[in-house]
Amino acid sequence: MAYDKFNILTSTAIPLPIENVDTDQIIPARFLKATERKGFGDNLFRDWRYNGDDTPKKEFALNNPKYSGKILVGGKNFGSGSSREHAAWAVYDYGFRCVISSFFADIFRGNCLNVGVLPVQVSPEFLENIFNAIEANPDTEIEVDLPKQTITLKATGQSETFDINSYKKENMLNGYDDIDYLTKMKSEIQEFAAERPF
Amino acid sequence: MSKTLFDKVWDSHVIRKIEDGPDVFFIDRHFIHEVTSPVAFLGLKSRGNSVLYPERTFATADHNTPTINQHLPVEDPLSANQLKALEENAAEWGISHWGLGHKKNGIVHVVGPENGITLPGATIVCGDSHTSTHGAFGAIAFGIGTSEVEMVLSSQCIMQPKPKKMRINVNGELGFGVTPKDVALYIISQLTTSGATGYFVEYAGDIFRNMSMEGRMTVCNLSIEMGARGGMIAPDEKTYEYIKDKPLTPKGDAWDTAMKYWKTLKTDDDAVFDKELTFNGSDIEPMITYGTNPGMGMGITNNIPLADTVEGGVATYKKSLGYMDFNEGDSMIGKEVDYVFLGSCTNGRIEDFRAFASIVKGRKKADNVTAWLVPGSHEVEDLIKEEGILDIIIEAGFTLREPGCSACLAMNADKVPAGKLAVSTSNRNFEGRQGPGSRTLLASPLVAAATAVTGVVTDPRTLLA
Repeated sequence: MAYDKFNILTSTAIPLPIENVDTDQIIPARFLKATERKGFGDNLFRDWRYNGDDTPKKEFALNNPKYSGKILVGGKNFGSGSSREHAAWAVYDYGFRCVISSFFADIFRGNCLNVGVLPVQVSPEFLENIFNAIEANPDTEIEVDLPKQTITLKATGQSETFDINSYKKENMLNGYDDIDYLTKMKSEIQEFAAERPF
Repeated sequence: MSKTLFDKVWDSHVIRKIEDGPDVFFIDRHFIHEVTSPVAFLGLKSRGNSVLYPERTFATADHNTPTINQHLPVEDPLSANQLKALEENAAEWGISHWGLGHKKNGIVHVVGPENGITLPGATIVCGDSHTSTHGAFGAIAFGIGTSEVEMVLSSQCIMQPKPKKMRINVNGELGFGVTPKDVALYIISQLTTSGATGYFVEYAGDIFRNMSMEGRMTVCNLSIEMGARGGMIAPDEKTYEYIKDKPLTPKGDAWDTAMKYWKTLKTDDDAVFDKELTFNGSDIEPMITYGTNPGMGMGITNNIPLADTVEGGVATYKKSLGYMDFNEGDSMIGKEVDYVFLGSCTNGRIEDFRAFASIVKGRKKADNVTAWLVPGSHEVEDLIKEEGILDIIIEAGFTLREPGCSACLAMNADKVPAGKLAVSTSNRNFEGRQGPGSRTLLASPLVAAATAVTGVVTDPRTLLA
């Protein structure tokens, strides 16, 4: 499914300073029953966001009116657990285009890149700076520059570079995905498959 | 150049290497289920693509199927809709489909090996992170997202950077009452849930050599819980014995040819890993978790660690214990338990039911415990009956349910109520994993059985003859 191109994103951010945020928290399994990709943002962080009677939990960051933006900032080991791409869909569908953490689980990171959410891994110190900056001023802006692979706290100018392989970077910049690439390789794949022992 | 087992299988499946990018990686076997495949089929259609090799994809319904009255229509309309979508998509594209009611139906990671779909040296993916299970056979097997499910359907390939390599050696002997599940929970407790992120693991050493194929599956299944994409064990005579004569394994000349290849599947003596860890089997006790991720586990006779002694953030640790309603320093033994769940792709095979029966035989289920005993497949269910295990568990006051993922992720009606405490043989103790507000303790089938008959967390060694 096509996604919006990513170039430079400047936005405020929503902080979630918790480690090991797993995909069951991002989107609980009982909300995986759709057969179409829509509406997952409504259930993003469902059980942290709402009480059992569907009233919002006021203290949770997504419900706190002082926080907003297209960037989600999470603690170390963000996205561990299940392979459900629904977690990345929920993040995108809610309106986030970028997730920042000091460490991502592999499958979640890959799923994000496949659906147009940029995972930005920063040093633990820089992550701490970001959390502190947002706590001091929720309106603080973060600039994520994909072409230059830099992330900058606008207020202080503190900046760090981040990694992304050039293939995925090109995809994100252009809104391409892997299927576009693989479709062009069909005959090469068929030749390879013909030689497989099983 | 010397290669690891992982290198040999990975490198032989790379069709193209992209400079500063992923490998185009060929997939031999693809499993699909009802939850993570519908959107992939929609994507396939919207792009005008078709399924390139339908014979390489296998569909089974498991994640949200009911575990009672499977002969009746599925009550939950959303679940029924997903099951229908799987059936229709499989029929449309000529994909084999073991749906609800089919005699081969069961949990994808149980029925794959049972039917010989899982083979050494194969690459296997599924939109489910516990696909790592199949690594027990010397396959490279791992979970993928739905975009990748669509890639495999349309091209039989995915695009993956090659992970780093880690070897985990466990040598020596296991103590009395210590099972493969305990070995895995012990390793995860040592590495944490992110300790193997970025790596693919090979398990080596006496403990795994001496382990049954089902035990190896339990260990490889839990690789993802320490962050590894997957884990694998070199195939040996036990592997060949297990897969020989399964319905879909190669036969005749094809078997002989495959065997020649399989015999090459071991790590060369001087091959190098990016990381290597060694543990001693005799250090492992029956394990239990006390927190909200699988890395928060300990020997069952220990007390919950104090916050200032654990790695990572104190706030996160305290949040976790707060959710569980436990205190630092608590003993787990003796805590009253409301639910016991035996099942899942981790521990839903016949050896798990034999272990459970070995403890409950001649005893009675505790009155305060609700127990869900869920076989991983109809084949497991049949063995439970044939071997007389059904009689033992019924005599002890338990009942047997029908196959499926069940309370492991509680997508069906098998939900642990809010606040209730469950001892589960499954794989995740995340907040709400077994139902909103549920609290989960992960453990082996022996610990589950001992707890089910006493009503409190119990060291199985105290009940084993």
